[in-house]
Amino acid sequence: MTFLDADGLTKVYGEGCSACLATTGPEYDRNRCPECDSVVACADVSFEVRDGEVLGIVGESGSGKSSVAEILALDADATAGTATIRGHGDVLDADYQRRREIRDEHLGMVHQHVHDGLNLSFTGGGNVAEKLLSAGWRHYGDIRSRVRGLFEETEVPVDRMDDSAETYSGGMQRRVQIAKAIANDPGLVVLDEPTTGLDVSVQARVLDTFRRLQREQDVATVVVSHDLSVVRLLADRVLVMRQGRIVEAGLTDRVMEDPHHEYTQTLINSII
Amino acid sequence: MSTSTNSDGEQPRLAVTDLSKRFQMHVVDGREVVGLDSVEFDVAAGEFLAVVGESGSGKSSLLKCLHRTYEPTDGTIEYDTGDSVVDLATCNERTILSLRGTDVGYVSQFLREIPRVPAVDVVARPLRESGSSPEQARETARGLLERLQLPRELFDAYPATFSGGERQRVNFARGIAPRPRLLLLDEPTSALDPETREHALKLLRDYLGDDTAVVGVFHNHDVVERVADRVLTIDDARVVDVRPTGGEST
Repeated sequence: MTFLDADGLTKVYGEGCSACLATTGPEYDRNRCPECDSVVACADVSFEVRDGEVLGIVGESGSGKSSVAEILALDADATAGTATIRGHGDVLDADYQRRREIRDEHLGMVHQHVHDGLNLSFTGGGNVAEKLLSAGWRHYGDIRSRVRGLFEETEVPVDRMDDSAETYSGGMQRRVQIAKAIANDPGLVVLDEPTTGLDVSVQARVLDTFRRLQREQDVATVVVSHDLSVVRLLADRVLVMRQGRIVEAGLTDRVMEDPHHEYTQTLINSII
Repeated sequence: MSTSTNSDGEQPRLAVTDLSKRFQMHVVDGREVVGLDSVEFDVAAGEFLAVVGESGSGKSSLLKCLHRTYEPTDGTIEYDTGDSVVDLATCNERTILSLRGTDVGYVSQFLREIPRVPAVDVVARPLRESGSSPEQARETARGLLERLQLPRELFDAYPATFSGGERQRVNFARGIAPRPRLLLLDEPTSALDPETREHALKLLRDYLGDDTAVVGVFHNHDVVERVADRVLTIDDARVVDVRPTGGEST
């Protein structure tokens, strides 16, 4: 069943004018409106994600993929568009209280920058506990045992639970973010550049852990990455973005092996 | 194994009609490259169709079109699910994804997996994802790897460090593990020595039973004659011959 239905997601930085959308995009090779100087980060981005499905979004820096992730994670307002989550209506339209509730209970986010995802002065366990508290968990013993279980599932050493998160390695911090993201059994998880900044040896383990959990819990996932191999290993379907627009969409292996759009062909041919 | 059944009016497991694939290469001034040109054939349940031809003739393109890794430009690929007939060339992507999980298996020449996953778990993964318990899936995976004579000490090692033949056995085991109803094989034994290849081919028959329809690309003439019911020859993107094994050209 469709869990997320995103329709016409658009984000314009600046005042915006009637010419913005018609004068930007891949065919003009620019995302800055020549009339009003606003930047069109993304425009008319539409897609659906079903339970258990992983959708990849790839593109270069500035393609708009992170803007889409921020909108979905309710970290940024959209200029236009709707994101309908099953049972909750258009979450972009929700008031502050409702957005917080949705973010706490139905969404999980794994940020590229650890400072956006974790409070490093807290303990690792405390970071995850905070997410549980925000969803209404109150009993200390229950929280403690849930955090322990999540550490085990994401393969973070349980005996480091009470150490401050700043003492963790980059890979452990990413795992704690994953633990936190799945803590409340969300319907949707958004991963922004899940392996960027990690050692190669750690990247694979993090991906494997996430894929296992994702399949076990049948959670809808959006993974945003500039790294095609990450998307190839995780995603069922993929969107290719350029200058704020989707230029190609399809089954991941089809897009990688039989890219249709000129830009996608260049992108695939650029893999080292 | 049976032979093709189109003549007696039964629905074949797979019926390919007028299948063409053209690639538009934007990188070289939009030049068009023909991968497949009006390919037609069918495969019955339980039948093994071998695809032969020179390098670059279109054998792999054919398998990739059947798997929808390539999007066909024209034609139909009718697959009989048992309940209904689905056109794999045009059906929606969700249908393809769900068929790949259960019905359609594809063994490529090269193993592509998340690094640092033990061999046994690589093979067990499709079984787990189609509903087996982790223990049951690993048990089946071990059994398959044993039959393929992969040394036991490698079961829990990471395939990235394996030899070509060892990796190919892992890949082969993973592809057949869920017992697909339609199995696409792209030179699955090219890196195996003759003895191991024997084990692989025997396992194919024993493990899959007599319902799976197989379309397999093989280079080795003896293998083709032994395992296949019919042979399809492709030359320059076209089917030039279909014949039963051991028989004369038609």
